[in-house]
Amino acid sequence: MKEEDVIIRTVIRLMIPFIQIFGLYVIFHGGSGPGGGFQGGVILAASMILYVMAFGVTEGRRKLTEKTNMIMRSTGVLIFSGIGLLAIIFGGKYLDYGAVPLPFVHDVVKVRELLIDGGVEVGIGITVMAVMVTIFLEFYPGGTSDD
Amino acid sequence: MLITVINVISAVFIIVGLFFIVVGTIGLLRLPDFYSRMHATGKCDTLGVGLTIIGLIIYNGFNFISVKLLFLVVFIFVANPVATHAIARAAYKVGLQPWRRQ
Repeated sequence: MKEEDVIIRTVIRLMIPFIQIFGLYVIFHGGSGPGGGFQGGVILAASMILYVMAFGVTEGRRKLTEKTNMIMRSTGVLIFSGIGLLAIIFGGKYLDYGAVPLPFVHDVVKVRELLIDGGVEVGIGITVMAVMVTIFLEFYPGGTSDD
Repeated sequence: MLITVINVISAVFIIVGLFFIVVGTIGLLRLPDFYSRMHATGKCDTLGVGLTIIGLIIYNGFNFISVKLLFLVVFIFVANPVATHAIARAAYKVGLQPWRRQ
């Protein structure tokens, strides 16, 4: 696919950092307000989809290769389940985040909030973003790795 | 007294914004073809939503929420014309002919 004209390319290049910062804000804001890993991941994926639509699929593949995408897809699940297993190691149940002893934080509710906001939601965000980009590229003309 | 002045200013902004939105909607409903409807909604919606949110910022005063609204205004002012441009350009490249009086 050919790339779009100069107005669209310039404005999209200008807007993508702000979209990504907003996605990170939504991810880290998940425990204490509207938002969360799924929504933030979709917003991050939207920035990547915008890039592919403006600059063409080969340029987009150069920014986020299939290999990196696969690694990100698995890393998110690894973070999510790894924090759950960490709770088992420290003597709680699976996904019982309050059981994990963090340094400087001793309140169980606060530990749970920190781990959900900073760990689990980040993992979900990474996985959702990578899977969304994968689905988009599979349906995009010339986007699959086969042709 | 100060509160009333701020209320009046923000009400003026919101009413002007709503006027632009109404004009854009009438254009969307009454104009004959795709390009002229795009012409009506693209500009009027940008200005209308922008002025409405600026009115809300003035009403809210200066705090974190109004900073978020300010970002929203800037984003709409940049993104909405570009989206209009992209849609109109896609229609032109597909080969949609502009309307002419028979």
